[in-house]
Amino acid sequence: MGLVLLLLALGVVGGVYGVATTAPSSADTALVGDQTQIEEGRRLYLEGCSSCHGLNAEGGSAGPTLIGVGAAAVHFQVATGRMPLAAPGAQAPVKDAIYTSEETLQMAAYIASLAPGPAIPTAEQIDYTDADIAEGGVLFRINCAQCHQAAGQGGALTQGKYAPSLMSATPQEIYEAMLTGPQNMPIFADTTLPTPDKQAIIAYVVDLQQAPSPGGLSLGRLGPVVEGLFLWTAVFAALIGAAVWIGMRAR
Amino acid sequence: MSSDLTPRSDGSPEATGAHGVVSGSGVNDRLARPDYAGPGALPLAAVDHTPRRSDLYPKAARRVERQITLMFLLSMLMAVLFIVGYVAIDVGTEIYIPVLGGVGFQNLVLGVTFGLGVFLIGAGAIQWAKKLMPDVEVVQDRHPLPSTPTEDAKAAEQYQRGKEESGFAAYRIMRRTLIGALALFPIPLVVLVRDMWTNDDPALAGQSPAEILSSTAWTGGLRIVTDGTFQPLRPADIPVGGLVSALPENIEEIQKEAHNLNERGKSAIILVRMDPEDIRAQQGEGWDYQGILAYSKICTHVGCPIALYEHRTHHLLCPCHQSTFDLADAGNVIFGPAARSMPQLPIGVDEEGFLVAASDFNQPVGPSFWERG
Repeated sequence: MGLVLLLLALGVVGGVYGVATTAPSSADTALVGDQTQIEEGRRLYLEGCSSCHGLNAEGGSAGPTLIGVGAAAVHFQVATGRMPLAAPGAQAPVKDAIYTSEETLQMAAYIASLAPGPAIPTAEQIDYTDADIAEGGVLFRINCAQCHQAAGQGGALTQGKYAPSLMSATPQEIYEAMLTGPQNMPIFADTTLPTPDKQAIIAYVVDLQQAPSPGGLSLGRLGPVVEGLFLWTAVFAALIGAAVWIGMRAR
Repeated sequence: MSSDLTPRSDGSPEATGAHGVVSGSGVNDRLARPDYAGPGALPLAAVDHTPRRSDLYPKAARRVERQITLMFLLSMLMAVLFIVGYVAIDVGTEIYIPVLGGVGFQNLVLGVTFGLGVFLIGAGAIQWAKKLMPDVEVVQDRHPLPSTPTEDAKAAEQYQRGKEESGFAAYRIMRRTLIGALALFPIPLVVLVRDMWTNDDPALAGQSPAEILSSTAWTGGLRIVTDGTFQPLRPADIPVGGLVSALPENIEEIQKEAHNLNERGKSAIILVRMDPEDIRAQQGEGWDYQGILAYSKICTHVGCPIALYEHRTHHLLCPCHQSTFDLADAGNVIFGPAARSMPQLPIGVDEEGFLVAASDFNQPVGPSFWERG
């Protein structure tokens, strides 16, 4: 029994190493589109991506291999404008998407046809309408808040890398990011964080995005450090100004 | 004014002919001080008195009066507007203001009206004092600081009498035992401090704080479950590059019995999976399971929970003080104030294929403490 399990586990792990740093999770099915879509995607890939990721997506010194990263990773990176990269740096920044959504799906289909990987989440998977926001808050604080900050405002990592703000992330992007672990974000696979939990997290992030700021100046919702800085600079400057006015000689 | 001052022993003369600062008008005489250079006989700074416009021109004074009256009237208006805003504006209404963004309209109105209402009262009062109240530079002298020789002598005599009457100097043994008693009485309080930790859990009875800090809830064969959802994990559940915050499976029962979160705080771990070839060193041989590593989630600097894991660099970064640990290299500190590596938990799988701890941590988790050094 133990030996069988060990062999089974070794087989799974071996398969994982065979493909990429981004491993497929058990629920993944490759999004294999029709042949013309794949062909068109391959054309776009060769034109826009192959200089860094290699002619067969095998990767190189300038970019990682894309074999097995799945359609979800392609959609996340291209739809948010992170790829193609404008310039090498610590991290790919968000910018306006260069490809249309149709072209993005074509490239995703091409990459997905190379090896199985996380598929683009379905509309059903990202439907968070029935999700529990409170539970999503608990899971967000356990799994996400350390990098993305308790209010989803993002934060710094090491050596110029950063966890981006989630304020403009769409439910699909949030799902894809958890599934594929873009850049230095770890992977929160469906096996460790099942779909209902991901939906709850999405519901919580959407709630954060829509949360009003009744006090007015939110100061980036970064918490007491920024609030203290504002107090010590802006508010104290006003108080010093008042003190100077009180002490000025009357004319 | 100088008449109530005790003459100084050095007998410095009262300066005469120092520059006066009094305007000389009869009304202001009682506020003014006679020419007096003060103790130390330093000459007063010459301050030119410039009369204010409101002193010279009645018209200007009238204008200031109108200004101040307007401030007080505006303050009244603000009080009224506050009430109107409170009653009339719906709590949920939001308006957009450049720079500030979307703002709760009622909050804004309440804050601005109340703030301005109070500010205008104060500003009016200051303006009144500055422009209309008498304008004289007034100098108030300090009293001399030392006691008089008579007072000194009296105090010394009282001390001496107390010493003699109490016999403090005469009864030597009694005096010394009193000092000894005073020195010893705080020690029981210090001993009490040692027991300030709470120990409601019978399982921990008889253990010292250092012993309790040195062990966690993890034992060999105890299953690892996800934090938040408490699901047991199989190795295949965690992909390479994955991160899971995890706890021992019995943590909720422990919490219920202990009525506190102490064990949860100590036993929180993170599981990460990397390519076994990327693992350069571990704290014990074979402590990983096929590239899955378990490390404490509690920073060894001052105990912040950390899970800022970069799956490509394998760095774990503490958000509190930027201590950085390399999980591919035995959790060693590569940056920041942490002095010790992140403790690693040895793991394996049980017969059913779920991830379990192989044993407890081999060192205390979290920040250093007295006995640990």
